Amino acid sequence: MITGFILRALEGKILIAIAILLGFAVLVPALNLLTSPDSFFHIPTYAMALMGKYLCYALLALALDLVWGYCGILSLGHGAFFALGGYAMGMYLMRQIGSRGVYGNPLLPDFMVFLNWKELPWFWHGMNYFPFAMLMVLVVPGLLAFVFGWFAFRSRVNGVYLSIITQAMTYALLLAFFRNDMGFGGNNGLTDYKEILGFNVQADGTRAVLFALSAIMLSLCLLFASAITRSKFGKVLVGVRDAESRVRFLGYRVENIKLFTFVVSAMMAGIAGALFVPQVGIINPGEFAPANSIEVVVWTAVGGRGTLIGPIIGAILVNVGKSYFTGAFPELWLFALGGLFIGVTLFMPKGIVGSVQAYQARRKDFRQAADRDAAANDAKSQATPLAAE
Amino acid sequence: MFGDYSISDLGAILAMQGFAGLILFSVYVLMALGLAIIFGQMGVINMAHGEFMILGAYVTWMTSNVVQHAAPWLFPGYFFIAMILAFIASGALGMLVEWALIRHLYKRPLDTLLATWGISLILQQAIRTIFGPTNQEVGNPSWMSGSFALGGLTITWNRLWIVLFSMTIFFALLALMKRSAFGLQMRAVTQNRRMASSMGIRTPWVDAFTFALGSGIAGIAGVALSQIDNVSPNLGQSYIIDSFMVVVFGGVGNLWGTFVGALSLGILNKFLEPSVGAVLGKILVLVLIILFIQKRPRGLFALKGRAVEA
Repeated sequence: MITGFILRALEGKILIAIAILLGFAVLVPALNLLTSPDSFFHIPTYAMALMGKYLCYALLALALDLVWGYCGILSLGHGAFFALGGYAMGMYLMRQIGSRGVYGNPLLPDFMVFLNWKELPWFWHGMNYFPFAMLMVLVVPGLLAFVFGWFAFRSRVNGVYLSIITQAMTYALLLAFFRNDMGFGGNNGLTDYKEILGFNVQADGTRAVLFALSAIMLSLCLLFASAITRSKFGKVLVGVRDAESRVRFLGYRVENIKLFTFVVSAMMAGIAGALFVPQVGIINPGEFAPANSIEVVVWTAVGGRGTLIGPIIGAILVNVGKSYFTGAFPELWLFALGGLFIGVTLFMPKGIVGSVQAYQARRKDFRQAADRDAAANDAKSQATPLAAE
Repeated sequence: MFGDYSISDLGAILAMQGFAGLILFSVYVLMALGLAIIFGQMGVINMAHGEFMILGAYVTWMTSNVVQHAAPWLFPGYFFIAMILAFIASGALGMLVEWALIRHLYKRPLDTLLATWGISLILQQAIRTIFGPTNQEVGNPSWMSGSFALGGLTITWNRLWIVLFSMTIFFALLALMKRSAFGLQMRAVTQNRRMASSMGIRTPWVDAFTFALGSGIAGIAGVALSQIDNVSPNLGQSYIIDSFMVVVFGGVGNLWGTFVGALSLGILNKFLEPSVGAVLGKILVLVLIILFIQKRPRGLFALKGRAVEA
């Protein structure tokens, strides 16, 4: 049964996407480590880190696609789960600095010494153990999503209201994490990392492994998301998106379906955040900004919601564009992004992948219709495509 | 928390925070009224509402400069000129946005969130490019500056005027909704769009004018805000989420929902401030609203009827 669950996920396009991602996971680190710096094929470390960042964003967009594209929940607060995963990783990395910080305190991170704190707050305990910290990467965003979703879906908060409330959630967290008293480094956030699992975070080798891990993690999550959406549960999920009351009348517990998807998605976002932090080298409250979360929505929309592969393409495309624009014409970037929001919603609501799929489906219909026409001259009524939709 | 304060100190703090809350309430009311009527009628949350407000604030700034240089004798009255101009500017922009964008998206309310967010980004950058990123100070006319003391409480005239002014706008809007033909049509479309359409109301026109009206009120909110705060391109972002919360809390069935929502949030924010600090107070308010929504998913004053469920 489990193998069936996985095998169904490996439908053509997903398989190709995973193959490409795994190819990147091998190729990019190899080109970074094995070629000489002046070779034409050499990929500099900063470029690899940048690409790793894009992959983390792609994973975040994939997570959003699961709830938005398949379940119809437009979360404007997914950046919060991403940031929480990032903070969990950041806390682990901070604890690894040990006595090499500016103040040389073996137990307390620098910012706590600076604030004159005497002991470690309770929630920092255990974060020096890698497995525990990785568990927290999943548990903290998952728990927040569970509590939030439990309340929201049970009382049937949906549509625009839900979106606004998720935005308020990430805004509240933004304000909270800006406070020094919270014990997460205030507006400076957590930075100046030294080591991860004993390896230097700045070293090329570590960077290469982190990049490969991002690509592998993205493939795994893609596989998992594909398995979910292609299962029977996935069909119900789409039902919830398109006709929520009808699914409820058929006897499904819509709130549980939504809750499960929301929690899974939040955990994926947490993983993305955790991979993001060591590659970027900092996590600060800015990641909670509502604007960031909305940007994730546009990546997903550009690539094509409800296609799983689309959000990955969208996240990478938009972020490559962003890197280029903010370097070349910094004033124009917001115009371009705003135009993208408007253009995609107005002219391309299905996104890139969705539009291509629609085009292929139309051509297939057309060909089939033509075949049928040729086969039976008198059966004109059969040749019209099924117009029930 | 009461430790070192005498009763009269506490009273003074309460009065001071109460007045501050009243000012926050006036800004919230002006911001949220526009959002609420647009949301109530079309199910569209206008994410660019904050930028419509900023437009009003910059119109005020421009008017004050022009009046000061061209016709200084008019300066005491420039506030009212600015108000009319801001209403027209924001309203016209709102109508344009509705015509070019929103009306194509009525069937997809979640997409309007994205499209209007796009507009907000563009407007923000446009304002920054045109007027520069720095804060601009708008001068108060003489009858709005200065202050007077009331039982140990210093009340500045501009703030008092803002409160009175927003009340005037609120009741004017209430009268428009209850007494005018346009208001009747608006309420009809809000309650049951298809029925209203069958009765011969041109719903697309009502939509366009409602959007313009809501945006225009946002512009007026900008005029008011420019009198108590510096004008900067990011001003809208700092108020927009709170205004959403007012709408979510108050509900959209009735203008009084906005009134009560703005009043409770404004006062609550300011009363929490001295005991737990401004930031934590705001977080508490947000958490309270998220919990409140569980009990009443459609806010305090919800629209009733079957059409709402769809």
